[in-house]
Amino acid sequence: MPGVEGFMYPNEVSLYWSVLIVLYPFITGLVAGAFILASLERVFRVEAVKPTYRLALLTALAFLIVAPLPLQLHLGHPERSFEMYLTPHRSSAMAMFGFVYLWYLMAVLVVEIWLDYRADIVRLSQSTTGWKRLLYRIMTLGSDNISQGALRIDERVGWLVTLIGIPSAFLLHGYVGFIFGSIKANPWWSSPLMPVVFIFSAMVSGIAAVMLLYMAATRLRRQPIDMRCVDTIAMYMFYIFIVDFSLEMLDLIHRIYEADESFRSLDFMVHTRLRFSQIVLQLIVGTLTPILLLALTQVTKLSAIVRKRIYVISASLALIGIFAMRWNVVIGGQLFSKSFLGYTTYKMALATREGLLVSIALTILPLLILAVLVKLLPPWTEQTHASIPAAAAAQAH
Amino acid sequence: MRIPKDARHLFRLAGLFAVGTLSFLVIRSFIVPRSFGQYGHYRGASIAEIAAHPVHFAGHQTCETCHADVAQTKSSGKHAQVNCEACHGPQAKHADDPSIDPGKPDTAVLCVRCHAASAARPKGFPQVDADAHSNGLPCQTCHQPHNPAIAAGGSK
Repeated sequence: MPGVEGFMYPNEVSLYWSVLIVLYPFITGLVAGAFILASLERVFRVEAVKPTYRLALLTALAFLIVAPLPLQLHLGHPERSFEMYLTPHRSSAMAMFGFVYLWYLMAVLVVEIWLDYRADIVRLSQSTTGWKRLLYRIMTLGSDNISQGALRIDERVGWLVTLIGIPSAFLLHGYVGFIFGSIKANPWWSSPLMPVVFIFSAMVSGIAAVMLLYMAATRLRRQPIDMRCVDTIAMYMFYIFIVDFSLEMLDLIHRIYEADESFRSLDFMVHTRLRFSQIVLQLIVGTLTPILLLALTQVTKLSAIVRKRIYVISASLALIGIFAMRWNVVIGGQLFSKSFLGYTTYKMALATREGLLVSIALTILPLLILAVLVKLLPPWTEQTHASIPAAAAAQAH
Repeated sequence: MRIPKDARHLFRLAGLFAVGTLSFLVIRSFIVPRSFGQYGHYRGASIAEIAAHPVHFAGHQTCETCHADVAQTKSSGKHAQVNCEACHGPQAKHADDPSIDPGKPDTAVLCVRCHAASAARPKGFPQVDADAHSNGLPCQTCHQPHNPAIAAGGSK
């Protein structure tokens, strides 16, 4: 049989979970990571990252809207997925995730964005015309109270929402790891460390994505990049990356030491079929290289231009590495036989429902949504913060 | 209770959520079938619907009422425990109306489903590399499918 080596059970020859299922934890991870970055400013009062606060929230929203689409496309009958909202089964991790997703989208992200932008929305509903005015008026929910008192309440409630949002973000992405980690029949997945590794890698990818988006958007707007901001983000990314790497190594060492009956088979797979995606892409290119590059910026004094370049390179490599990690988990877990006697191959289709082109489209789609969101709700602090006190003062009088 | 003026917009938001949740519950009450959960986590009425499906399999006892000779041949061979319709497919229509042709299985395709060599099968189970074993000839050239030992004779 082409692509099959050794012995495979008949139902293991072709993979059921395609590249779309790789994309799903990747996109969800970006959401969780972007939100954690936003919470740095809001809850942990890291003032330096303020310029990315709103962008991080909008990025999280844009990616969260797209997060279920890879799953929907994977299903033969996507409309049936709504059944899990109508008649949820408590023993189904997937059904419960539907509610975690909805909670995170509606009770955390949308509320936090609304509270943070309310003053801007009210101001825009007064200064714009046509359909935009109508849209902003709807978004104000009929209340144009942006007095100091109202904004103070918004600030306090927003803080509380972010506080609730942190465990929610952990829950959202921890769940994705849980889905894999709880499959006890698959030794490549079955590990209680899986949710934790997923959360930390999510934080790295989300932070890297927002940093890249911030740098790209600032450049497009011909504004100077706030170096204090990107230096701080890079520092957090570096620390979280080290924790993430340590956890992955802990998992690896544990597997090597435990060396259960699956070990030889999995070890062979890592050295053959997954050599490029796991050892080269994930470990060397996507983890060690960015960690070393970021370490360089932490221990030496480099000029701003060099630091910027290093940040762009290491954030891009981190995203590649974390995508490779998702790939190795999802695809790697289906490449070996449960008999541990054979291996199959995943051949990605090009223009099918679950093919490469759809995956590329699904990766670009959140960026388009983000572009629309940024147009509607400009996240740039230098434009808005100057005008808010004026509008608030006008309201107070 | 008087709502503080500066917090009214938050109550509007809460109201919107309440309306959303209520709408969901109302829509849900219309969409979810009445019999859902009657017996378990599924639509109760589906049991009656499935029971009303036409029966496709006749069962070996029905076959044997007419094909007693085949049942006799089968009973002494290795295939004694294999049900008629496992190879011949569902035959309820043929049992109801014997003039309906039950069709004849192609042994070259049928037999290898169970007897193609595979490491997943028990060692004692007869299995062959079909190409090398029969050189493309249909299995029944040598084996009588109802009693497959060579000694029982083929082409019947």
